[in-house]
Amino acid sequence: MDLTNFTIKEAHEGLVGKKFSAQELAGAYLDKIEKENDKIFAYLSISRDLAVSQAKLVDEAIAQGEDVPTLAGIPMAIKDNIMVDGLQCTSGSKILENYVAPYDATVIKKLKNYGAVILGKTNMDEFAMGSSTETSAYGVTRNPRDTSRVPGGSSGGSAAAVAADLCGAALGSDTGGSIRQPACFCGVVGLKPTYGAVSRYGCTAYASSLDQIGPLAKTVEDARTVFGAIRGQDPMDGTSSDFCEKQNTRTKFRIGVPKEYFIKGIDPQVETAVMRKLNEYEKQGNELVQISLPHAEYALACYYIIATSEASSNLAKFDGIRYGHSNQGGNGIGDIYLQSRGGGFGPEVRRRIMLGTYVLSAGYYDAYYVRAQKVRTLIKQDFDKAFESVDAIVAPVSPTLPFKIGENMDDPLQMYLADIFTISINLAGVPSLAVPCGKIGDLPVGLQIIGKHFDEATIFEIGKQMQE
Amino acid sequence: MLSKEETEHIAKLARLGLSEAEIAKYQKDLSAILGYIDKLKEADIEGVKPFTHSIDVANVLRQDVKTERTKEELEKLRSQIPQTKDGYLKVKSIF
Repeated sequence: MDLTNFTIKEAHEGLVGKKFSAQELAGAYLDKIEKENDKIFAYLSISRDLAVSQAKLVDEAIAQGEDVPTLAGIPMAIKDNIMVDGLQCTSGSKILENYVAPYDATVIKKLKNYGAVILGKTNMDEFAMGSSTETSAYGVTRNPRDTSRVPGGSSGGSAAAVAADLCGAALGSDTGGSIRQPACFCGVVGLKPTYGAVSRYGCTAYASSLDQIGPLAKTVEDARTVFGAIRGQDPMDGTSSDFCEKQNTRTKFRIGVPKEYFIKGIDPQVETAVMRKLNEYEKQGNELVQISLPHAEYALACYYIIATSEASSNLAKFDGIRYGHSNQGGNGIGDIYLQSRGGGFGPEVRRRIMLGTYVLSAGYYDAYYVRAQKVRTLIKQDFDKAFESVDAIVAPVSPTLPFKIGENMDDPLQMYLADIFTISINLAGVPSLAVPCGKIGDLPVGLQIIGKHFDEATIFEIGKQMQE
Repeated sequence: MLSKEETEHIAKLARLGLSEAEIAKYQKDLSAILGYIDKLKEADIEGVKPFTHSIDVANVLRQDVKTERTKEELEKLRSQIPQTKDGYLKVKSIF
């Protein structure tokens, strides 16, 4: 019996029904990772000892007849910008090559309390800055559906691990699409929760007004199980809120289809696949209405001012003094900064730090940063207005199919355009669930279901219906 | 178009030690990205307030009290410092 292609629900039933043990389940995944990780390079590091010791505890609990949570014994992969006590945590960067996490992120503490088993840390674009996992300092992750193509990014390692059955489910982070776009490229489910729904304590910050941790999983139901475990207010993250997830009892919905997301530039095959799914959904008794998000065209420009501004500040702490890569040559402390940062950060991270530094610098602050924050208000108001008349909004995740490795690496602007449909959601702080909606040959196409603030229940329900 | 001098100045502000070739590359890249970002000038922002929060949370505070850390916890942090002397963090001359 192959133990590695179960959903969380199926694995849970197998564990409590004593068809297999948590140690056997973890062992099956660890063996498979050992054999197959080289092909796609989803994992940067494997935590066999931790996984085995966690699985053993779950087996003991089950043997004693305890009622274990759904996540107990489920083998999970963790993006390498989320800290697991005692494990290396590189954020895909050379500047953190030797950094060992001194504590558990809040989401990890929660997963451990639920008995989830941590298999290892997954590859990512350096400091989550990228849309293909190609900016990792440690090598390129390949898309398991077609290994000549990228898995998307920045949570490409987590998405590839889920798609290749190298974990039961995974955690990623999403600042401008970094969970949804790789989920879409690898044909799995990914949730960017409402801003504030999940604590970021212990997640290396990229752009703090946009970052959210969320699940990648094989099914909508599995994503919901993981989200249920990690969400909630945390005193260690002042932006997290103790919200009550809205309850949903309805089964038919009014779906907004934004005209600005079906425009020239989108791959016609992607558009057709998304529209086909939407028309199917309409035939099942749901209503489709065309809506407008008029400021959508400014989202990408707005994002690259706000995200890089915050990044230039957040990444100032990597200075070669307290931890991480340190180049002690030269004269005085100034040279340690210049050399450790110049040599420790990769090209894309340096590019974004430079951009953020420029737009915040004297004389440019009002023209760029303040203007971008005003446009951000307009983008959020677009969503507020749309949600007065619809339950959710459906749009493509990516304008293209997964692209070839190396295809966009020489043109940063072209790479940034990969995020054109995902970025507004982070700017507005609303939740969005990416689900597969078809295939062109071997390549998956995905759509995203965007919800009201803290209304994950509705988008999960719609996602579940669409998946069936 | 950013000048070479402006690009060098940004690298200095950002504390990034870059080679001549890298400066030339970023001068080109940043100019292209800034050209794209100029799109924002088309947006009508008359009377619009800058964005601050996507959800309404305000004044999340905690007591300003010291929390005790164990020796082991401190050692985890200390062991990652690149240069130490007698248990202290050591840096080069700051002038």
